[in-house]
Amino acid sequence: MTTPSTTSSRWRALTRHHLFWPVAVLVLLLLVNVPFTPDFFSIKMADGHLYGSLVSIVLFGSPLILVAVGMTLVIATGGIDLSVGAVVAITGALACSYISDQSDQSALSGVLLAMGLGLLAAVVCGLWNGFLVARMGIQPIIATLIIMVAGRGVAQLITDGQIITINSSPYKLIGGGYWLTLPFSIFVVAAVVAVTVVLTRRTALGLLVEAVGGNAEASRLVGIRSRRIKIMVYMFCALCAGIAGLMISSNTSAADGNNAGLWIELDAILAVVIGGTSLLGGRFSVGGTVIGALVIQTLTTTIYTIGVPTQTNLVFKAAVVIAVCLMQSPKFRAKVFGARFGAKGSTTPAAAPADTAATEAAPKMEVS
Amino acid sequence: MLNRRNFLTAAVGVAAAGGLAACAKKDDSSTGSTSAGGTKAITLGFSQVGSESGWRSANTTSVKDAAKKAGYNLKFSDAQQKQENQISAIRNYIAQKVDVIAFSPVVVTGWDAVLKEAKAAKIPVVLTDRSVETSDDSLYVTLVGSDFTDEGRRAARILEKVLTKAGHKGAVKIAQLEGTTGAAPAIERAKGFKEIMDAEHKDDWKIVVSQTGDFTRAGGKQVMAAFLQSNPDVNVLFAHNDDMAIGAIQSIEAAGKKPGKDILIVSIDGVKDGFVAMSEGKINAIVECNPLLGPQLMDVVKKVKDGVAVERWIKTKEGDFMQDQAKAALPSRKY
Repeated sequence: MTTPSTTSSRWRALTRHHLFWPVAVLVLLLLVNVPFTPDFFSIKMADGHLYGSLVSIVLFGSPLILVAVGMTLVIATGGIDLSVGAVVAITGALACSYISDQSDQSALSGVLLAMGLGLLAAVVCGLWNGFLVARMGIQPIIATLIIMVAGRGVAQLITDGQIITINSSPYKLIGGGYWLTLPFSIFVVAAVVAVTVVLTRRTALGLLVEAVGGNAEASRLVGIRSRRIKIMVYMFCALCAGIAGLMISSNTSAADGNNAGLWIELDAILAVVIGGTSLLGGRFSVGGTVIGALVIQTLTTTIYTIGVPTQTNLVFKAAVVIAVCLMQSPKFRAKVFGARFGAKGSTTPAAAPADTAATEAAPKMEVS
Repeated sequence: MLNRRNFLTAAVGVAAAGGLAACAKKDDSSTGSTSAGGTKAITLGFSQVGSESGWRSANTTSVKDAAKKAGYNLKFSDAQQKQENQISAIRNYIAQKVDVIAFSPVVVTGWDAVLKEAKAAKIPVVLTDRSVETSDDSLYVTLVGSDFTDEGRRAARILEKVLTKAGHKGAVKIAQLEGTTGAAPAIERAKGFKEIMDAEHKDDWKIVVSQTGDFTRAGGKQVMAAFLQSNPDVNVLFAHNDDMAIGAIQSIEAAGKKPGKDILIVSIDGVKDGFVAMSEGKINAIVECNPLLGPQLMDVVKKVKDGVAVERWIKTKEGDFMQDQAKAALPSRKY
């Protein structure tokens, strides 16, 4: 109320940054844990590596971040990929069943071959999705549904409906091991995110992806090979899902064709949305998606630590997600906080609706 | 807009997964062993739930093997988790005039109509593994299966032994990893355990945290990691199945604690990997939930066919295993 107008305008600039709301939600969720777990933020050494809630969140959230990053690009082209969960299951099943057949499960060459095999299968799935969407013109939701359903069957076939347990120390590193006292998966995620950001923001690829998502036909007419771009993003998404599949199976040293990556596609889509990428395509934010995935993982951990009764887990989760989505909606914010947010710092109350209209037309401007 | 699209995605995904899952699973052949010569062999129609877990596969194998051994003509069908598949399988068995129908119901309710048809055709029905709710008790002869509540009680009993053996003193702070929310084994195992705890250990035992791990390793691992943060003083873990315990063990180790020593672990099921963990000293005791009910089922079928009276609920033969028995029992674990 007594805030000087400079601070106020800085605050306004901050709140309008596309990552402001996702980060705010993440911080809020982390803080909620403190009364229940006083040493929530403490990180200590245990067994030769860092240990603490924050480390667990990143460790268990890694597969989701990977899948969501791949999903971001697919969604940026106006598509959607429902098959990622099945791809996770197939990759893990293939890699683990290959390793379990080896006489020396810890042999590095065998493990690398198994991983290559799994990732190859993942990329083939992505190629198939891209082919159906870009070449056959099938709706992405239907095209990827095929592998979502059939793929899990394939994974069950590979594992024979059983859980394959392996005992391989190099394989365990990817999703459950530690390097330089940090979970190794953090490095994998960092590498994938870095490569994605560099490829999409330091080269024209990102622009091309957004152009295809904005208007595939128009981008084709200006000379962009939109079909090729689409096939590429589906392959990239499947590759990310494949790496996530290796991580998930490595984390428990077991391939579970029935449950590995089950419903991860929905969490990934949610992470993308929380991160501020429009489901209509044409714009995306990889940074936002990473935050979005961390929000979802933190929410899961929060449910476990604050002792929400089992039966109310899903309701609690849904309530938080609804709240997050509403907070992200400029229209909702204008309605609820409109008077305060709009009038403060600006002398003309009309600025608020104008702002809202502008942000609505271009929901999340991308800068990262 | 975003929300609606997201919701649509979710809804379509869920519907499709349910609707099309059947296509993905491999089809089981519906032929069994050929009938043995001499006297007319008993024809048994068996409808299985599906093939959703290792436990279930072991169950299917046990039924098929036992039927072969007994020389029965087994007609087997896999319902792929869908009640309508199971109902049409049962109708087929009625049309084929099999001697006895056995099935493991996908869900609890909605069986009255088809069971009345079986009764009208004078074909006795035996349930396996899971029970049904009917308005008329005469619709099925008996249930061959586990008593989940009793498994919970046995878990509490064996925990007493584990505590004595470990020389544990002071408060027993229990973390519970529940099965899938709403599933009968999860509800009843928790109930049985609590029953003994409330009756005899009201002062010294306490479940300090309890959360679902969805019967999976990944679930058990993640939930246990969070438990160890929010309740570092937990000293007993009660897991509703072995897989969750195996996942939890990894989290306990990551926290720098020793599973089986710093945190005593009791779980239910008795799958092979559970026994492996127990022989390594990481699980303290396992309460068996036996899927190998084939031989018992064949006995019951014979009795029912011959018109011998049988009990209403024939409980599967199950054992409780402590660590010292793990190594000896390990080679005999089939699943």
